[in-house]
Amino acid sequence: MRKLVILGAGTAGTIMFHKFHSSLNRNDWHITVIDGDENHYFQPGFLFIPFGIYKKRDVIKPKRSFYPRGSDFIMCAVDRIEPEKNRVLLNNGAIIPYDYLIIATGSRVVPEETEGMVAGEWRKSIFDFYTVDGACALAELFKDWQGGRLVINITEMPIKCPVAPLEFAFLADWYFSKRGIREDVDIHFVTPLPGAFTKPRASQLLGDFLLKKNIGVTPEFAVARIDNEEKRIISWDDAKIPFDILVTIPTNMGDEAIARSGLGDELNYVPTDRQTLRSESFENIFVIGDATNLPSSKAGSVAHFQSDILLENFMSIVEGRQPEARFDGHTNCFIESGFGKGVLIDFNYDMEPLPGKYPFAGIGPFSLLEESRINHYGKLLSRWMYWNLLLKGIEIPLDSKMSMEGKRL
Amino acid sequence: MTLKQFGSVNVEVDDDGHLANGAIWSEDLARDIAKEEGIESLTDRHWLVINYMRKEFQAKGDAPSLRKLTKESGVDTKELYALFPKGPAKKAAKIAGLPKPKGCI
Repeated sequence: MRKLVILGAGTAGTIMFHKFHSSLNRNDWHITVIDGDENHYFQPGFLFIPFGIYKKRDVIKPKRSFYPRGSDFIMCAVDRIEPEKNRVLLNNGAIIPYDYLIIATGSRVVPEETEGMVAGEWRKSIFDFYTVDGACALAELFKDWQGGRLVINITEMPIKCPVAPLEFAFLADWYFSKRGIREDVDIHFVTPLPGAFTKPRASQLLGDFLLKKNIGVTPEFAVARIDNEEKRIISWDDAKIPFDILVTIPTNMGDEAIARSGLGDELNYVPTDRQTLRSESFENIFVIGDATNLPSSKAGSVAHFQSDILLENFMSIVEGRQPEARFDGHTNCFIESGFGKGVLIDFNYDMEPLPGKYPFAGIGPFSLLEESRINHYGKLLSRWMYWNLLLKGIEIPLDSKMSMEGKRL
Repeated sequence: MTLKQFGSVNVEVDDDGHLANGAIWSEDLARDIAKEEGIESLTDRHWLVINYMRKEFQAKGDAPSLRKLTKESGVDTKELYALFPKGPAKKAAKIAGLPKPKGCI
């Protein structure tokens, strides 16, 4: 009986569990899933909580509900992996040996990395929305807030869901307009990037939106510390930006267990072959989702597109063949642009987001690199698809590989 | 590939403006690139960072990110920003004749 262990029962871990569960022979393989948190979070939903569109209960479900009864699901945090010994050590002292390991431990925000972030003003005038508690705290604040200077700041790249800070700015513009106090809110977007986004054409489109929506932009600002007394963010080259309310995206890092295992880079991400998804250091370890160090975005859609590649390569390797499936870095993302509209972007390692239609070239129904109402509904629909299809292992017929069909260069 | 002038030489650069062919790098060229980047002269501290970056690139095939630089070169972030203003990892890589770090924005 060979043992397959999946570390992490989030998006990537759950998708892979279902793929393995339906592909591997139950008499030959025992699958174990390990996670220390009872709750499964629909993270793309956090963005909507500060604006009253979703509530906490809309974005949380018990992790176990996505695993069939009788699954070997261990609810315990991981202390570390001992890859030379092919085993995982848990916080409760248990030792879990494996023949193959799938690391799906994700990424999280670490506000403690920045001086002054988790100090006197934390959750008073300094907030994050990358945690459900942070998003809920913002919802409480925004309900009664009468206006002032709202600064949205990305601390350090890479972050998961790189478009979310922009979406927050767009939604803030919409929300305060709806409340009739938009003139009293000065929204300012501060980023270490040279523009609104990393890819040129998308960056231009999104930059235009910021302009049209009267959202100020300060690019190339790398925050060094936050002055809680004067309420200012200060960059490494001593530039200062004042705020009344700061919505920060703190430094994103991989799981601490990865650091303790000696498997991670300087941000606790696991060095992974960008095409085969195998660990660069250990032949029997695969990595998927946010936990990798791949140059692709950290997003749920990426985990989804990676999953078929990983499965195929896993099957090749356990059958003694070379892994031949190649992940092309495919990502897509609905960007909420406010007022009931959204933009969809679709890209991979080699090709930036281009205009066109998705998933059917020429037909759509979703428009790429263009604002539309249908894109907004697509974003809302994705929550239903997530809970009811993706996490239940029901196949969503979207190509893992990005398609150039119908795209206009 | 386009040509760019640094000091008195014309070299091929990639889309990011970094040297297309790392083999032609020299300390003199580094000084010319630095001048172009607004750094009038390179001190021992600059060279410490440049040499560390070149060593890392040789070993790993990628110039280190800012975070790695801070952790391992012996030069902290504040000083890195003072030595190579506005985007030290990218700027130092350029002067060191290396492509832009992959993790770079």
